[in-house]
Amino acid sequence: MAEENRVFDIEIITPDRIFYTGKAAMIEFNTADGEIGVYKNHIPLTTVLVPGIVTITGDEGLKTAAVHAGFAEILPDKVTLLAEIAEWPDEIDEQRAEAAAARAKERLAAKTKDIDLARAEFALRKALVRMEIKK
Amino acid sequence: MASMRDIKRRKGSIQSTQQITKAMKLVSTVKLQKAKSRAEETNPYFNYMYKTVSSMLARSGGINHPYLTGSDSKKKAVILITSNRGLAGGYNSNMVKLVTGSDLPKEDTLIYSIGHKGTEALERRGYQIMKDESEVIEAPTYADASAICKEVLDAYTSGEIGEIYLAYTHFKNTVVHEPKMIRLLPVDLGEVETDQSESNILMNYEPNEEEALDMIIPKYVTSLCYGALVESVASENGARMQAMDSATSNAEEMISDLTLKYNRARQGSITQELTEIIAGANAIS
Repeated sequence: MAEENRVFDIEIITPDRIFYTGKAAMIEFNTADGEIGVYKNHIPLTTVLVPGIVTITGDEGLKTAAVHAGFAEILPDKVTLLAEIAEWPDEIDEQRAEAAAARAKERLAAKTKDIDLARAEFALRKALVRMEIKK
Repeated sequence: MASMRDIKRRKGSIQSTQQITKAMKLVSTVKLQKAKSRAEETNPYFNYMYKTVSSMLARSGGINHPYLTGSDSKKKAVILITSNRGLAGGYNSNMVKLVTGSDLPKEDTLIYSIGHKGTEALERRGYQIMKDESEVIEAPTYADASAICKEVLDAYTSGEIGEIYLAYTHFKNTVVHEPKMIRLLPVDLGEVETDQSESNILMNYEPNEEEALDMIIPKYVTSLCYGALVESVASENGARMQAMDSATSNAEEMISDLTLKYNRARQGSITQELTEIIAGANAIS
């Protein structure tokens, strides 16, 4: 198959901006059911995103970004990620992420009755993804 | 005829009012530009979300999900977006009229208000205000919208309220803003139009359809709320800009009218003085 036949459109949209649009041969991201990689002609699928790193394999090599929460719609020739938050590595403040991770861990360790467990866990995962992508 | 001094004083006061309205117009023009570009940036997300959810629901007609069927509760929640400041023409009163003029019964309507003006007006009319999140409208963020929606959605899933409406001002362009009230939940299937070509694709859902709906519908509601907030801010500044523009030109008109009157009065007084002097001189000679 010719090279150009393997590429498909990718759109990553957040509430504040169109984060990324372009063509790529493969995109990998984290869903509620685990990590998936998508090539062209994937079966149509709508799935829920969890905090993770999105890797786009395109013409200009690899591109990575942190995406937290949202959902993805996969069509044979197009993948759209509707993300609530998406960041390029250079937009992430590592120190802030580290502080947030420490805070969330503390909260989870304390296990007091009134904490929102789901929220603390979500915060921790977000912070860990941010730290990971920085490395 | 009013005396020269009275006219002069009145003219001065109108002039200073005009200066204020002019300054306000400039400020809201700048704010409008900012709000407008933000509204435009939000639009793709908003539209895509709407499209995805509509096509999802159109295809999954058989699902019996609380987000689609609603609950038995008669209470209806209205998320009302107005502004914190007045002097924006009919912007706020249009929103209030939209709620009071709708067929929602007063005693069953719970207002989640964003914007002081709406809160005050509806409180006076005897509506029940559940929450006032007015500070949000100054600089709405997605997190704000999500916090408000979470609360309303919690009330919805626990069965306290049966329907959720969103009242906001749609920003069509700089001069046209349209008060709008849409039903968020249960999702209005009647209005959903789907693209025939796209609805033919058999979509799969992960983890499964119901769970995906569970996650996506709150995001859908939040994104509509956020879009409404951003559009309302743009509309508010647009409305204020227009109101201040017409106030400035009205002041201009009044000033030119008063200038004419002032000159006439001045001329009158000079003529009178001259006549008096001549008459006096005549009497002496």
